[in-house]
Amino acid sequence: MHKVYTRVERIAGNVVTVRASDVSYRELAQIETRYGTSLAQVIRIEGGRVDLQVFAGGRGISTDAKVRFLRHTMQVPFSEALLGRVFNGSGAPRDRGPSIHENLIPIGGPSVNPARRIIPRRMVRTGIPMIDVFNTLVESQKLPIFSVAGEPYNPLLARIALQAEVDVILLGGMGLKHDDYLFFRDTLEAQGALSRSVMFIHTAADPTVECLLVPDITLAVAEQFALQGKRVLVLLTDMTNFADALKEIAITMEQIPSNRGYPGDLYSQLAARYEKAVDFDTAGSITILAVTTMPGDDVTHPVPDNTGYITEGQFYLRNGRIEPFGSLSRLKQLVNNRTREDHRTIMNTMVQLYAAYRETLEKQSMGFRMSAWDHKLLKYGGRFEHEMMDLSVNIPLEKALDLGWEILADCFDPEETGIPTKLITKFWPKTHAAVASHATPRPVEAAAS
Amino acid sequence: MSENIGKIVGVNGNLITVEFEKPVIQNEVAYAVTGELRLKSEVIRIRGRYAELQVFEDTTGLKEGDQVIFTGELLAAELGPGLLTQVFDGLQNPLPLLAEKSGFFLQRGVYLDSLPRERAWTFTPRAKKGDRRTAGETLGTVPEGIFEHRIMVPFGWRGVWTVEDIVPTGDYKVTDVIAKLKHEEGEIREARLMQRWPVKIPIRAYAERLAPTEPLTTKIRIIDTFFPVARGGTYCIPGPFGAGKTVLQQLTSRYADVDIVIVAACGERAGEVVETLREFPELTDPRTGKSLMERTLIICNTSSMPVAAREASVYTAVTIAEYYRQMGLNVLLLADSTSRWAQALREMSGRLEEIPGEEAFPAYLESVIAAFYERGGVVKLKDGSTGSVTIGGTVSPAGGNFEEPVTQSTLKVVGAFHGLSRERSDQRRYPAIHPLDSWSKYRGVVNAEQVADAKRILRLGNDVAQMMKVVGEEGTSIEDFVVYLKAEFLDDVYLQQDAFHEVDAATPAERQQYVFERIHTVLKTPMKFEDKDGARRFFQRLTQTARDWNRAAWGSDEFKSLEERIENMRTEVADYA
Repeated sequence: MHKVYTRVERIAGNVVTVRASDVSYRELAQIETRYGTSLAQVIRIEGGRVDLQVFAGGRGISTDAKVRFLRHTMQVPFSEALLGRVFNGSGAPRDRGPSIHENLIPIGGPSVNPARRIIPRRMVRTGIPMIDVFNTLVESQKLPIFSVAGEPYNPLLARIALQAEVDVILLGGMGLKHDDYLFFRDTLEAQGALSRSVMFIHTAADPTVECLLVPDITLAVAEQFALQGKRVLVLLTDMTNFADALKEIAITMEQIPSNRGYPGDLYSQLAARYEKAVDFDTAGSITILAVTTMPGDDVTHPVPDNTGYITEGQFYLRNGRIEPFGSLSRLKQLVNNRTREDHRTIMNTMVQLYAAYRETLEKQSMGFRMSAWDHKLLKYGGRFEHEMMDLSVNIPLEKALDLGWEILADCFDPEETGIPTKLITKFWPKTHAAVASHATPRPVEAAAS
Repeated sequence: MSENIGKIVGVNGNLITVEFEKPVIQNEVAYAVTGELRLKSEVIRIRGRYAELQVFEDTTGLKEGDQVIFTGELLAAELGPGLLTQVFDGLQNPLPLLAEKSGFFLQRGVYLDSLPRERAWTFTPRAKKGDRRTAGETLGTVPEGIFEHRIMVPFGWRGVWTVEDIVPTGDYKVTDVIAKLKHEEGEIREARLMQRWPVKIPIRAYAERLAPTEPLTTKIRIIDTFFPVARGGTYCIPGPFGAGKTVLQQLTSRYADVDIVIVAACGERAGEVVETLREFPELTDPRTGKSLMERTLIICNTSSMPVAAREASVYTAVTIAEYYRQMGLNVLLLADSTSRWAQALREMSGRLEEIPGEEAFPAYLESVIAAFYERGGVVKLKDGSTGSVTIGGTVSPAGGNFEEPVTQSTLKVVGAFHGLSRERSDQRRYPAIHPLDSWSKYRGVVNAEQVADAKRILRLGNDVAQMMKVVGEEGTSIEDFVVYLKAEFLDDVYLQQDAFHEVDAATPAERQQYVFERIHTVLKTPMKFEDKDGARRFFQRLTQTARDWNRAAWGSDEFKSLEERIENMRTEVADYA
């Protein structure tokens, strides 16, 4: 039997220190307190003293608590039986189902050898024009949704999860409100997607340390599914809570903070998780969509800032819509040349015209006179926002491209759009050809944009 | 000599504290033993009987009392034929071979030979018995891809050596002895095809260091014309995320006019390395007609790989760069990103509980960065030929704010600054190098006076643009408005470049000189317009034509006819009154 230690030397926050020998780094331990048993992990060894991070928190631990080392690191079970189930941050069931103990796998494993990765080539269709047309999501991409609190980021995640063509959906919830957890569960269930999903949920009421484990557990399971050849979509919400949990532990451990209290290794910590997104050369893939709430809508806050350097683009969610400016899918060039020949042109033209519309709005608000061209732009901007940007729009890519042509034809003459003649002849809706005959000459602002 | 073994007394992240008895050396390599695994580590601080080591791997499972074997050697790189075209991790393990050995994942504790041991190289001696040689001088050569790879007297050998024995022409492996040399004082040593050199010490086996004067053409117009880089110079590219740092580095690695490109992907995304990895073998190098990979070497320690090895990776890269410089080649080292390397320093410094400097970076950050960039340079070798190492580093400042310590320490030591701006990248103006904030101390490929003229117009145009924001177009005089349009024209047709267009993506120096001359003439031409709309329309047409001109093949009929058209348009509005 394992040796039991009963002398706790120090308790600070969620970290307890015991004097023990033959303990290995990152090993798990069990701590018994009068409120129950909790797991804990070794996070520092120093001259015979061992620091343990207690998953259930330090509250209620007595100085004579029993500590038993388990001789293994944090593990999570992996089997098909996980599908349809909900677990907490320590891997214990959260639904009423039985706990699973078979086929344990370690979490936080090594990173993928770059030589075994391939250049991603497959698009993930979501049915949201702002994503499919303007910032295409690509399989194996890692992409955060930058948002302020209060934006509908969780419904957006749920929608993408339901509509994306993937084999397995994994949801890692960190610091979720209980309502949000219920929302995810009920939405997935109502749409029949629960049977291909696994959820690891840490709610705001749960101990902080469990929050730290959620991404690792979720991604470890994702990796196993991907190795079986499955296309896995991982949703993580909200990574800012994860970063805050890191900060909390770092401060407890008396580490020197680097920027606004966050530890110096924030970048590496976030990267270790996001870099799990992968397209294996001979197996499946992992795509990661994560929510990063920006405190105070400040993109230079350390969490969104570090995230932006790691991920392959970002979606800005603002006023309930995905912003066309600032949002970027770095991998879109890899796929949008092989969808439909007009894809890139529609993408560029519509955004440029929308930018011109924004300028016109500014002019309007400053009381400048509106030209005929400005009126066209105002009409265009209205339709674009309403029919393309609105998150409730749900149409496949091809339909969205057709709609794009239809909106352009309704508002402009072909030559005002700057689209190459070849594409105009092929795609410009014929019903609108009449507009061109009594067209006003193309105002210069159009070309400037 | 018995082994020097210590034992672990503490583990904190990737820092271990080891109790030792026999002497240890600062920065020597040691292996921490856990079960079957030996984890490479480096001594970084010694206090009394305790040494603190950074481990280049995940430390999970290390225990108090575990053995640590000290090797007595500093962290070194293997140098010899067979380096080019390879993809190494930060400790110079070839990644494709690691994949063959351990599958999809990078298992810790697996170390492979950097140079293929079994491969034979055809060695031709360039020295004979009785010749006197010093460190860095050639003993013979082997062909490596498109290069003549010099086999040199190991850089660490001091004094003058006489060739006692040298092998005849023939096939040899990297570990074979190819010569025996005798020191003035009688010591006899063996030289092999390969040698090892400690990565943190610069190679100094050359005659003298020269000033970097010759321009290095990157074929990116805004760089070569406005903010040039010199062979053997240093430059940095700071920029917020999404401003196009990595794309710029990739383009440079493709088109730069150098012999060898070493890409050090330091703490960045794995996906970007994969793009280089999978695409370069398919691309042709216009200089040689061979695959681009033949002149490329990749060192990658991506963001999720162990942090201590990230610090080592830039040193490994620069050491290999210096090695090829010793053969009289021009080497370009692209480090992306130096901020991640600085962060690795910060993480270790934090664990060592050193007193932090600004933003918790260690106080020695500046000197470490300076020492790294100082390893670039042009040198005259002992045989009279020259070689160079040019270093271009990207910087990823937190929040895109250039005031932070890494950017500031870098700016002090580099010769050119290509600051990327969020504003320009949002406007889709690529490359997003800011034309007013950036600077270079090197000589460019075009006439400096004309460039100064162009810069003046950019600045004036920017002033007018700022003013127009306040008073509107109505309140701006037509003269000012034309200056503004000229600045925009220069920006649109010369500073911006379409990276995806076959011709426009790379503009050779000759074409830059030719085109810039024409653009300059347009800028200097006094112009007269009826009204602002007329002026704007004119410049729109001119811009469109000049952009088409950029896309036309050099010297083609289309190129000539477009040039003529631009000249005609210019004379139409010229006002010589």
